[in-house]
Amino acid sequence: MTRFRLTSVAIDTESARRELLYSGAGGYVSFEGWVRNYNEGREVTRLEYEAFAELAVNEGERIVADVAARIPITQALCIHRVGALEISEMAVWVGVSAVHRGEAFDACRQIIDAVKHRVPIWKKEFYRNGDSGWVNCEHCAAAPQQGEVEHRHAPHR
Amino acid sequence: MQLKVQYFALMREQAGRSEETLQSSAASPRELYHELRIRHPFTLSPEHLKVAINGEFSDWTRGLCDGDSVVFIPPVAGG
Repeated sequence: MTRFRLTSVAIDTESARRELLYSGAGGYVSFEGWVRNYNEGREVTRLEYEAFAELAVNEGERIVADVAARIPITQALCIHRVGALEISEMAVWVGVSAVHRGEAFDACRQIIDAVKHRVPIWKKEFYRNGDSGWVNCEHCAAAPQQGEVEHRHAPHR
Repeated sequence: MQLKVQYFALMREQAGRSEETLQSSAASPRELYHELRIRHPFTLSPEHLKVAINGEFSDWTRGLCDGDSVVFIPPVAGG
């Protein structure tokens, strides 16, 4: 069973949840990440997600397997959207079943946190004023440009 | 040697293409990125990027081989 998937259509949570059913499981926890209309003080009108699919799936599978190796759960699955999404659409879904609820909560949290940090998926925000930008890329792009200018001028000092 | 480079997100837009095949003598991904910055207006510096070779995360200093597929990975923002 694959434990991390990308999809360009709406996530079918009912179907995904059924994949986690297990007679020995006593609890199930899921997380849904939704497209929010505001980020860092700017009004967002829509998003586009882009993935390096080959590595995203491999890294996502590793994340779920790593968590499953540390925390005793029965099943886990994460599904991430790619492509264009509107406000309030579901961008990501994580589901975990376990014998007891504590492990399901912990594993679900660890999976979504790691997915956000490690999986090569990018988010472009489109703003009310017509601007757009790649989240986490635009801010750090400014600093090295300044550094390069300083570097180029350095020999003249 | 011939290398294939794929671009995503901000770098795809700055390169104006999703991928390219090129001839390079770059000994490592770090050298290759320096070469590519001459051809494309990339704003991200190497410390903000990760690198993947043939679909797996790699070290910046790993040697490149003919036919390798290289991806420079901008800061991610899934979820």
